[in-house]
Amino acid sequence: MSQQAVNGVAHRGRVLTLDSMNPNVKRVEYAVRGPIVQRAVQIEKELKEGVKKPFTEVIKANIGDAHAMGQKPITFFRQVLALCSYPALLEDSKFPEDAKKRAQRILEACGGHSIGAYSTSQGIECIRQDVARYIEKRDGGIPSNPDNIYLSTGASDAIVTILKLLVCGEGRDRTGVMISIPQYPLYSAALADLGAVQINYYLDEDNCWSLNITELRRALNAAREHCNPRVLCIINPGNPTGQVQSRQCIEDVIQFAKEEHLFLMADEVYQDNVYAEGCQFHSFKKVLFEMGPEYSNTVEMASFHSTSKCYMGECGFRGGYVEVINLDPEVKAQLIKLVSVRLCPPVPGQALLDLVVNPPQPDEPSYATFMKERTAVLSALAEKARLTEQIFNTVPGITCNPVQGAMYTFPRITLPQKAIDKAKELGLVPDMFYCMRLLEEDGICLVPGSGFGQREGTYHFRMTILPPTDKLKVVLQKIREFHLRFTQEFS
Amino acid sequence: MWNMKQLEYGALARRANQIKDELRQGVRRPYKEVIDVFQGDLHRAGMKPLTFVRQILAACVYPPLINSNNLPLDVRQRAQEELGRCVGGSVGSYSAVAGIPEIVHSISEFIKRRDGGIPSHPENIYISPGSQWSISNILNVLVNREASPRTGVLIPVPCHHKTVLSITQLGAVTVPYYLSEEQGWALQVEELQRALESAKGVCNPVALYVINPGNPAGYVQSQKSVQEVIRFAWEKRLFLLADELYQDCVYGENCEFVSYKRTLSEMGPPFSGTVELASFHSVSKGFLGECGLRAGYVELVNLDPAVMKHIHTLFSKDSCAPVLGQIALDLMTDPPKPGDPSYPLYKQEIEHIRAVLVHNVKRVHEVINSLPGFSCPPIEGGLFVFPRLNLTPKAIQKAKELGLQPDTFYCTRLLEEGGVFTGPGWEYGQKEGTYHIRFCIAAPQDVMEELLRCLSSFHMTFMKDFS
Repeated sequence: MSQQAVNGVAHRGRVLTLDSMNPNVKRVEYAVRGPIVQRAVQIEKELKEGVKKPFTEVIKANIGDAHAMGQKPITFFRQVLALCSYPALLEDSKFPEDAKKRAQRILEACGGHSIGAYSTSQGIECIRQDVARYIEKRDGGIPSNPDNIYLSTGASDAIVTILKLLVCGEGRDRTGVMISIPQYPLYSAALADLGAVQINYYLDEDNCWSLNITELRRALNAAREHCNPRVLCIINPGNPTGQVQSRQCIEDVIQFAKEEHLFLMADEVYQDNVYAEGCQFHSFKKVLFEMGPEYSNTVEMASFHSTSKCYMGECGFRGGYVEVINLDPEVKAQLIKLVSVRLCPPVPGQALLDLVVNPPQPDEPSYATFMKERTAVLSALAEKARLTEQIFNTVPGITCNPVQGAMYTFPRITLPQKAIDKAKELGLVPDMFYCMRLLEEDGICLVPGSGFGQREGTYHFRMTILPPTDKLKVVLQKIREFHLRFTQEFS
Repeated sequence: MWNMKQLEYGALARRANQIKDELRQGVRRPYKEVIDVFQGDLHRAGMKPLTFVRQILAACVYPPLINSNNLPLDVRQRAQEELGRCVGGSVGSYSAVAGIPEIVHSISEFIKRRDGGIPSHPENIYISPGSQWSISNILNVLVNREASPRTGVLIPVPCHHKTVLSITQLGAVTVPYYLSEEQGWALQVEELQRALESAKGVCNPVALYVINPGNPAGYVQSQKSVQEVIRFAWEKRLFLLADELYQDCVYGENCEFVSYKRTLSEMGPPFSGTVELASFHSVSKGFLGECGLRAGYVELVNLDPAVMKHIHTLFSKDSCAPVLGQIALDLMTDPPKPGDPSYPLYKQEIEHIRAVLVHNVKRVHEVINSLPGFSCPPIEGGLFVFPRLNLTPKAIQKAKELGLQPDTFYCTRLLEEGGVFTGPGWEYGQKEGTYHIRFCIAAPQDVMEELLRCLSSFHMTFMKDFS
């Protein structure tokens, strides 16, 4: 029976098509897991099936995933989480007493003493209290109110939630959100999804990716012509650029935000990943309060942190939080409603966050091992940061700014005109063409700079510094050789 | 309907937490603890997690346990297997966007087994942090915020609150269709038709959201009913959103869960190849009750491949679902089998949970219907009861004076005086002039008996006070 014959109803087209779907969703892109990664996964499949290639494995240096690259978890954290998962282990003498104490405290705060119960949408109260204490300690005693802390499913979840609160208006009044170029593409993806206006401000590559207030002002003034700029996002330490902002710079940004009446979003997920001499992490909250009540009572701000990076690298747990400052009480009520829709953040992630902000103390049995592991991870990262900068800068056609912090390098590559033309022919952006070739020839997966944003006519790639040192050396060497080959081929 | 009482929303929960704190601090109240049956949260109510699940999660989190003789052999082997699927052998690494591929495959096999062999394609399945997350994502793709008239989504009344919030926050409009309380909360196609008519000139309905088994109303759709809904969706060009979280919770005699996917497929052309369907499931309910792990999945059927690409990108910016939750999903869809060392205990625990639920729904039905001014149909499935309150004009008047919805007033008093935390019917939607409460029936038997005792005692007093 033909479709047309049934009930005399005409051919039923799909309800959900490219034309009928949410146009904003069509604009969403996320390069970190985009087309090049999909090709990498395909190649991995081919390798498994025995297809011969010039390499035996694909090195996924595209994503900031430390454990994927062999980094070991922190023993203490995993012990406590195991005890929380299966409390019968509390009877097992192989677990240290301090781990058991932490687990018991967490379980007591869970419904039915189980990490399987929902928590409140804002997150388990005693964990938020611990987070507040951590922030106070980190910021030299400046008070933090647990009510201003919202636990989340990774920092990304909180970033999107805050943006949802802030984006409104139509046409020329549509909210504009300032974000650095280059940026972590969650921001551009979220802004596209929300139909917000993205306002790009360029970091200064010639000066170690520093932030200039003049550039902020330029971007803001230009944006005022066509939207209502309300938000300023800053990632510190930076992703993909790795710069660590100076204290003066942070003060200048806060000053700017106050003058221009902007809501500050401070993405600080890499706050423990600081390597370069002379660089130090200064939290936006701390600087804000040290600037005095004229600022600390007025500037509206959200600071984000996560359990995915730093020295723990526990991406798979999806733990994170946002601390909000000077939020209008009615807006806070809306925030509670927003976070309630997804019920609550994953409880294991909340438990993990509790351990990150409340790690073993010097007088506790697990302290020595904890410090050893933490130091080993951070010093290895520092060494790899240094090595990466050093080796890339020996390659003619690659210039690399110091990796002051975070987990990535974002070197600039000079591409021969012939390569740029070839890319155009193939319908590819030049740095995508470059990265695809590297993937096919050497099995190394990077993300093209175009996925993060860059100045017109410049090309980059983002690589993580996460592979184990020996492997990293090999990767750097291979990229060096590839670059010389590529340049030669298209000369 | 739902925007009205924004101030009340959450107030009851806050008060419940306050009372819990007071009791912890030793403040005297007519009861020793609050019986919290507000949410569908098995563990909070006192039900135990499955041993098998928790042993494996612990071993995955702390791999030295894999060498421990204290854990059964199959647990250790399974944990090793799960870790082998994680990138870098750690539950701390990100997974692929749609989930760990072997687990996604496992889910597709589960669906195929459940649906009598009808194939399920792994590339149509996405794991997310809880089902609401993927419901939101799919709604996001469906809802065109700039469209005029606005996008509409048909929703049942009563309906649990979260999906309604998702819909309204995306700027879409809910188009309510009333389940028939007199017919045990049955879904009637004529009512779907009426609802659709009511949307003319108001919004552009693009989707039909169904919950089967129901929440809060405990109905289980017959296969005929599912077929009727599919036919309706086909005729009226609606995208079907099937919330099937409670598929393991079926108690009614002659009741059986039949999935929308299976029914759609068995209906054959033209339906089977054209009706667009998103089916949702999760680890939060059923026997696992692992709400806190946050893992669910959506299976998408008959979607436009070009749209699927965008759906993939949308999920990709969320990174991935928590890995422990994904592993729990795997254990749910591929549990111990006869012959496995863990099977006897697993079977015992499942059967115990099932027995408790079957017992509870009987008792609750019995007790509620024995009380004056309180009634409910038999609970066929799901984890809640949604009994009807016949409040006297005096009670309704008192509620008005206090600025509360009448059923909120009842629930507030029940919390304060009886120590039982339940949800007021208005939060889920109900016919004008009717009042209900909702509470979860998944609690250990002794807790349920205590709950029913407190509820009965409170109810009699309340009805007397306002007679």
